[in-house]
Amino acid sequence: MTLSIRIIPCLDVQEGRVVKGVNFKDLMDAGDPVKMAALYDSEGADELTFLDISASSSGRETTLDVVRRTAEEVFIPLTVGGGIRSASDVNALLRAGADKVSVNTAAISRPELIAEISDSFGSQVLVLSVDARRAKTISGFEVTTHGGRQGSGLDAMEWIEQASKLGIGEILLNSMDADGTKLGYDLEMIRAVREISNVPVIASGGAGKLSDFSDALDAGADALLAASIFHFGEYRIKDVKEYLGAAGYSVRQPFNG
Amino acid sequence: MIAILDYGSGNLRSAQRAFAASGADVVVTSDEKICLDAKGLVVPGVGAFQACMRGLLAVNGDEIIRARFAADRPTLGICVGMQILFASSSESSRDGSILPGVGMWNESIARLSAPVLPHMGWNTVESPKNSVLFRGISEESFYFVHSFAAKESDAPVVTWSEYGERFVASAEDGSLSATQFHPEKSGGAGLRLIKNWVESI
Repeated sequence: MTLSIRIIPCLDVQEGRVVKGVNFKDLMDAGDPVKMAALYDSEGADELTFLDISASSSGRETTLDVVRRTAEEVFIPLTVGGGIRSASDVNALLRAGADKVSVNTAAISRPELIAEISDSFGSQVLVLSVDARRAKTISGFEVTTHGGRQGSGLDAMEWIEQASKLGIGEILLNSMDADGTKLGYDLEMIRAVREISNVPVIASGGAGKLSDFSDALDAGADALLAASIFHFGEYRIKDVKEYLGAAGYSVRQPFNG
Repeated sequence: MIAILDYGSGNLRSAQRAFAASGADVVVTSDEKICLDAKGLVVPGVGAFQACMRGLLAVNGDEIIRARFAADRPTLGICVGMQILFASSSESSRDGSILPGVGMWNESIARLSAPVLPHMGWNTVESPKNSVLFRGISEESFYFVHSFAAKESDAPVVTWSEYGERFVASAEDGSLSATQFHPEKSGGAGLRLIKNWVESI
């Protein structure tokens, strides 16, 4: 009996449609987040993450509807991030069918948000999303905001320690340097976070080949999030699981009962 | 009809959908009479033990659970909805208050001894042959999110899982059943377990 590593596809949702290149043309209508969620579920995804990048409030309403419709047919954990500024935003998402929420920029500008969410709903609902890059801060890693476009001057490790005291269930660690490079996860960053944190760490950014996934696990990650490589079909979820299973990691096999 | 007890805890929509997928009629309610009379009652629960207990007491959930057990009516606790069935938990709230559990089972809930908490993700469950919940399910993984658990149980049917140490993954005691994991979030294996329970009631 062992806890399995988790493979988590991430879908960027804007105004109710999946954006950021998808290439599922032979499989489905690539833009429908509910269909994609169901497909990834059937392929063995262990969780799903929706990142709402809508700029408008009507777009956010649409995301609630997407979450509702996904919860109708997908029975694995669903995390929703993007634009969450208050405990009532969280309540609306949980009522729609989300199991967890991720916060980033709003928590940096107002750290009390973390305690407000974890006091109301339990720290297990809260994923701290940390977009970090290498910089001349104490630990050598700085937190960025607005999708990596703005530096915050905040040291990533200090921020994680502060947020952990306020109550978080896990950390989604995005390397802004590695993101999109396909040169592998930032292993030093994963090790540094593992060293100071005792909540699960989800590695994100940089996956390009199968050994990148096992390298991230060896560095201390508990779960692996990826977007483009799954959307473009470079690897299917089962390819990653087969590779990791053969390498001796515990992976969940689909139910065949 | 199956009633899901609404006492302000968690994602009830997923639970409603997962139980409805077994073909049952499902209502989410805190109405005492409906909860007492329902063919099956589901007691969900996420977050802190004390907060859940407070919410449960506010809707007389403790008395509903006791009355149903006395009348041999099936009840299923999930996650913290399982933990509150025990006598107590060592998880204190931020204000330091300690509330006892409903006390259907005598053991206590304690923190898991593991370097990384919460225990979050899919873990395999060792299922015994005489289990109603696990009929047709062997060596499957279920989705867990928790930092506290029962380390022992006198219930007639107990399944175990392991994270840092062995803990009780589920318990069946006559009409009272409970799972530490979330069957409503555990894909096909979870839906099968829910169907097993629904068909047994």
